[in-house]
Amino acid sequence: MTIVQFILLGAALFSIGLYGVITRRNAVLVLASVELMLASVNINLVAFDVYLRDSAHAGQVFSLFIIALAAAEVGIGIAIVLMIYRNRQSADPDELRLMRG
Amino acid sequence: MPFLASIAQGLLLAAEEGEVIEPGITSGLIVELAWLIVIVPIVATFAVLFFGKRSPFKGWLMAELAIGFVAVYGTVLFILNATEGVVYYGQVTIAEIGSFTLEWGISVDGLSIMMYFLVGVVGLLVFTYAKSYLEGDVRFTWFFASFSLFAGGMLVLVASPNLLQLIVGWELVGVASYLLIGHYWEDFANVDAANKAFMVNKVADAALFLGAIVMAVSVGSFRFNDIIEVVIKGEGGPLSQYAFWAGLLVFIGAMGKSAQFPLHVWLPDAMAGPTPVSALMHAATMVTAGVYLLGRLFPFYLDPEGLFGEDVRNIIIVIGGLTLFLMGFLAIVQKDIKKVLAYSTVSQLGYMVAAMGAGAYTAGLFHLFTHAFFKALLFLAAGSVIHAVHSNDMVDMGGLRKYMPRTFWTFIIGTLALIGIFPFAGFFSKDEILASIRYAGGDGQNVANFILVLGLVGAAVTALYMTRAVALTFFGTYRGDGHPHESPATMTLPLIGLAFFAVTAGWVNIPGVYTGFTTWLETRFPLAGVPGAEGFDLHHPEGFDWPLVILVGLLAFSSIAIGWYLYGRNADDRTQAERDSFRIPVLWPLFEHLYYIDDFYMGGIVRPTMGPLSRAVLWFDMRVVDGIVNGAGLVSMKLASAVRWTDEDVVDGVFNATGAATGASGSVLRRTFTGRVQQYVAFSFIGVIAIAAILIIL
Repeated sequence: MTIVQFILLGAALFSIGLYGVITRRNAVLVLASVELMLASVNINLVAFDVYLRDSAHAGQVFSLFIIALAAAEVGIGIAIVLMIYRNRQSADPDELRLMRG
Repeated sequence: MPFLASIAQGLLLAAEEGEVIEPGITSGLIVELAWLIVIVPIVATFAVLFFGKRSPFKGWLMAELAIGFVAVYGTVLFILNATEGVVYYGQVTIAEIGSFTLEWGISVDGLSIMMYFLVGVVGLLVFTYAKSYLEGDVRFTWFFASFSLFAGGMLVLVASPNLLQLIVGWELVGVASYLLIGHYWEDFANVDAANKAFMVNKVADAALFLGAIVMAVSVGSFRFNDIIEVVIKGEGGPLSQYAFWAGLLVFIGAMGKSAQFPLHVWLPDAMAGPTPVSALMHAATMVTAGVYLLGRLFPFYLDPEGLFGEDVRNIIIVIGGLTLFLMGFLAIVQKDIKKVLAYSTVSQLGYMVAAMGAGAYTAGLFHLFTHAFFKALLFLAAGSVIHAVHSNDMVDMGGLRKYMPRTFWTFIIGTLALIGIFPFAGFFSKDEILASIRYAGGDGQNVANFILVLGLVGAAVTALYMTRAVALTFFGTYRGDGHPHESPATMTLPLIGLAFFAVTAGWVNIPGVYTGFTTWLETRFPLAGVPGAEGFDLHHPEGFDWPLVILVGLLAFSSIAIGWYLYGRNADDRTQAERDSFRIPVLWPLFEHLYYIDDFYMGGIVRPTMGPLSRAVLWFDMRVVDGIVNGAGLVSMKLASAVRWTDEDVVDGVFNATGAATGASGSVLRRTFTGRVQQYVAFSFIGVIAIAAILIIL
């Protein structure tokens, strides 16, 4: 197992997440895609932690922080999306264009 | 009674002839507080003006109390001066301009004290009288405010130790007299009289101002004492060059206020004011100002060191002589009792000025002193008559002797004092003037002899016109309407008070017997330490000039007899009184037209000024002055429009262009803000890739 395989997996996951963020018509799926991107970052962090033989395991600590933050973010994100859906009967990001210039 | 003892001692001391008394009082509270004399009437003026209507007697009481204060203070100072001698000059500096000092101050010396006493005592009696005289007048309060200002202005004038303050008082008196002469302004003639008085005085004031400037600049000080010191020491410096013109100009100023020929025209017209005004104006204030000024600057005019010869003095004596001679005759033909007295005043002022010109300081001021009392008396008595018969015209009077005994007797006392019958006040003062003119000495003796003749004729004429006035007013039968009655006590008591002075005021200066008055005025020349000041010649006769006394007496009595013969029979019949039976063909019309002097001023000066001159000035103003102003305005407008163009087109253009550019770019860029979050994410990812690509390539 070389580091390249892990990087490729991370890159693939990130690309799928980015694609989901840009193209999904449902805000819940956009949030799920963001989770994918976070996961790819976690894979990278853990892989490099091992690859660089860091005695403090900073990569693993960071990935734990990201998991905790992602959980909080999803909690808030899902709540916001639900509120928007209740108010507007839709969760399509294309229709949420109040900030248009 | 140490106080009375000191008076007696002082009187004894003063009685010794020729002794120069060193002034005893030169400091202390009594003289240092003398500025109150000036301040109190001025304050009273404003107090009456602002609070008069609500105060007791509608302001009269305040004015009366103020003048009463002056009378009491003046009397105290007068007694102190008589017993111990008072000399004090106090001043505060107001401003310094270069080497000149503007000062405000008070002089308390023989001359000033005499005037304080005069203004205070005569003023007090006149103010008392005026309350009844003006009872019911619509501007009662206003009258007493102006009256206080009149007295206050005169006090500022006589209190002044320098020329500038004197001019301030001079103008205050002028403006107050304007207000008082025009008191009954509903009648246009009175307004004209007030304007005339003001204008004629202004002509003289301009000369006074010029003279004062010339004098002060060439001496380097406005103070009288500095000017006199220079003259007495004979160190003329620049003054000796300009002294003649300075003296002449100042004298012209004095001519205006003291109504000397040919600037006398305002004074008879000033009779338009209420009678108390005439009384005060002709006695203690206003007309005495000119004589007072000559007295104040007397050493300057006497010129002991011969800086400018006797030229000005000769002019003074001639003007005085002409005035006393010419104006006396005009009094004979007047129908208005107040105008008779007015011309009489002008004539008597002529005596005073002639005396000053003859170098008779004491005689001139002595006549001023006695004249103030008996002329105030005559005016107030005439006012009492006018009050009773409601007319100024003597044709409407007659026989009032029976109806108004008090007025009659006091008027007789005043008349005798004016004519100069022993032992009334006028006898001593007029006689001293004539004696002084007779012995004027020096180069001017020929002139003085001529003036002496005029003076003698004037004395005879005085007796003539006063006899006429008494005969027409008090004798014969009553020719007017209604029933005349004696005036109330508030009017007759001042008459009696003044009559007392009209009898006794002359006794303070009897040549050879008692010459206290001379001594009192001598403290006017302290000038301690000035060489030559000790023996300064005040030129007063040592005894009676018996031939002159007898001659004047004969003239007076024969004049009274002639007058009685000519006018006594006029008194019975109205038509005769109107026709005035005694007329000399050529002279009488001349007198009735006042020598055509007023007509000359009107036709020769006033109308041309009002006509062509004012039109020319108007043209100049409209075309030239306005042209310049309009031109300047036009240029300003052109300049302003250029500035406006720069501002609107250049400066504003820059700002507007900036704004427009920002707006335009904003409206282009806003299209990129679609509000689609996923697009933003895509763009930012493209941006990240671009940055990464740049980093990798580099």
